[in-house]
Amino acid sequence: MSKTYQEINQRIKKGEAVVLTAEEVIDLAKEKGTDEVAKKVDVVTTGTFAPMCSSGLILNFGHSEPPIKMSKVWLNDVPAYAGLAAVDAYVGASEISTVRGFDYGGGHLIEDLVAGKRIKLHATAYATDCYPRKEITTFIDLNSINQAVLFNPRNAYQNYAAATNSSDKILHTYMGILLPRFGNVTYCSAGQLSPLLNDPCYRTIGVGTRIFLGGGEGYVAWEGTQHNPIRERADNGIPLGPAGTLALIGDIKGMNRNYLRGATFTRYGVSLAVGIGIPIPVLDEEMAFYVSVADADIYTSVLDYSVPSRSRPAIGRFSYAQLKSGQIEIEGKKVPAAPLSSYRKAREIAQTLKEWIASGKFLLTEPVRRLPLETTFKPLEVKEE
Amino acid sequence: MAKRRIVLTFPKDQVERPIIYRLSKDYDLVMNILRAQVMPKEVGRLVMELTGSKEEINQGLKYLKESGVEVESMAQDIKLREEDCTHCGACTAVCPSGALFLNRTTWEVVFDRDKCLLCEHCIPACPYRVIESTF
Repeated sequence: MSKTYQEINQRIKKGEAVVLTAEEVIDLAKEKGTDEVAKKVDVVTTGTFAPMCSSGLILNFGHSEPPIKMSKVWLNDVPAYAGLAAVDAYVGASEISTVRGFDYGGGHLIEDLVAGKRIKLHATAYATDCYPRKEITTFIDLNSINQAVLFNPRNAYQNYAAATNSSDKILHTYMGILLPRFGNVTYCSAGQLSPLLNDPCYRTIGVGTRIFLGGGEGYVAWEGTQHNPIRERADNGIPLGPAGTLALIGDIKGMNRNYLRGATFTRYGVSLAVGIGIPIPVLDEEMAFYVSVADADIYTSVLDYSVPSRSRPAIGRFSYAQLKSGQIEIEGKKVPAAPLSSYRKAREIAQTLKEWIASGKFLLTEPVRRLPLETTFKPLEVKEE
Repeated sequence: MAKRRIVLTFPKDQVERPIIYRLSKDYDLVMNILRAQVMPKEVGRLVMELTGSKEEINQGLKYLKESGVEVESMAQDIKLREEDCTHCGACTAVCPSGALFLNRTTWEVVFDRDKCLLCEHCIPACPYRVIESTF
């Protein structure tokens, strides 16, 4: 039993497609088996919402009179990169305000812009014959500028390691506040709802895949940075630690603040929480097997963040069912486990995407290029010449 | 036996008087101080749990008010701005009393004020800064 993208899209257009969320399909698979899932279900929707630092916004402000070739740009005092054409800039989610520090950064700026707030733009330049202006201070908003395109080099990590702290002191990390002596564990994945955990070998998620991004429509632009498909995998194909990643793109003019939120990690920095939903066509029984994965079948390592090294020691391996129970056991001690990824929002996103598809307004796209299955994630060696 | 959690504000001129001592001596109350902020010649704040009979607690509170101490019910002091909460659960990682927890059916963050110790660990743990204190 197999289906093509064209057949599935025909059914979506006619309003006949059977769409389930990645949570709903688990029950069907348990009751009736994955062959029934392959027969009955056309599309499974996934979702995730969590801080993803490698995100940012491409902007084009339009030209002032007299014009300026902006070389330094600040948006609400957050520095943006302007080493592009005259009025183009890129602001990264984890850039911090020169005035407010960790209380406000690129992530908050993106949230404010998408919420329709007025943003202070300040830019300086060296004057040239064609761009005589040296400085500009003005206010912009989402409607006044030409482009505001989210381009996130690394989102939707396929699994992520959980974090804990064996030391005697409190740690402030991008995995939240880690209490001393294994006082807590934090994890960051939507588990069974997570996009790349429902298509672990990237059969359907590839370059050009249309997705839910930040409440609007986006696309998979490329493999994400640090894409590491060769990570050790369980028998079900699921990586046992951080593996594949996605670079995503989309116009923020169609997005909303519910799914793009500035975040601050105390004594670490700022970030942007991004809501992502990816539809997965149930092309055949293999895809039916993949989309039916449950939290109990997905494992990750818990790393000790008290070791400030790129290779932090692993304390143990746990399933998302264990982590999501709220408590795991480390060295005989019961340790509370808490998420940084909002499962409630992940659910909301998968549900919204399901409704978009069921109503016929969101069609699936066949990838124009597969994500690599062989690339490696190299370390950076410190060399003396 | 009844229990009350209260927040006390001491005016500058009352900070150096042994007011709390009277609660146990004269009103037979059991006091569990959860947080305190006391500096000479500055407004003082104290969070505590009182245990005793209803009548004794009311008498004790009356004495505090007569001594110029402002008495507030503790519940109002930590605020979770629910409309902006993403329900991620990061705050639950650091909450020592279980006042902040995830409902594992709806996956919503729930704040049980009765269990809150006002430790404020949740405030810096929230990436979206939706938890505030008025202490």
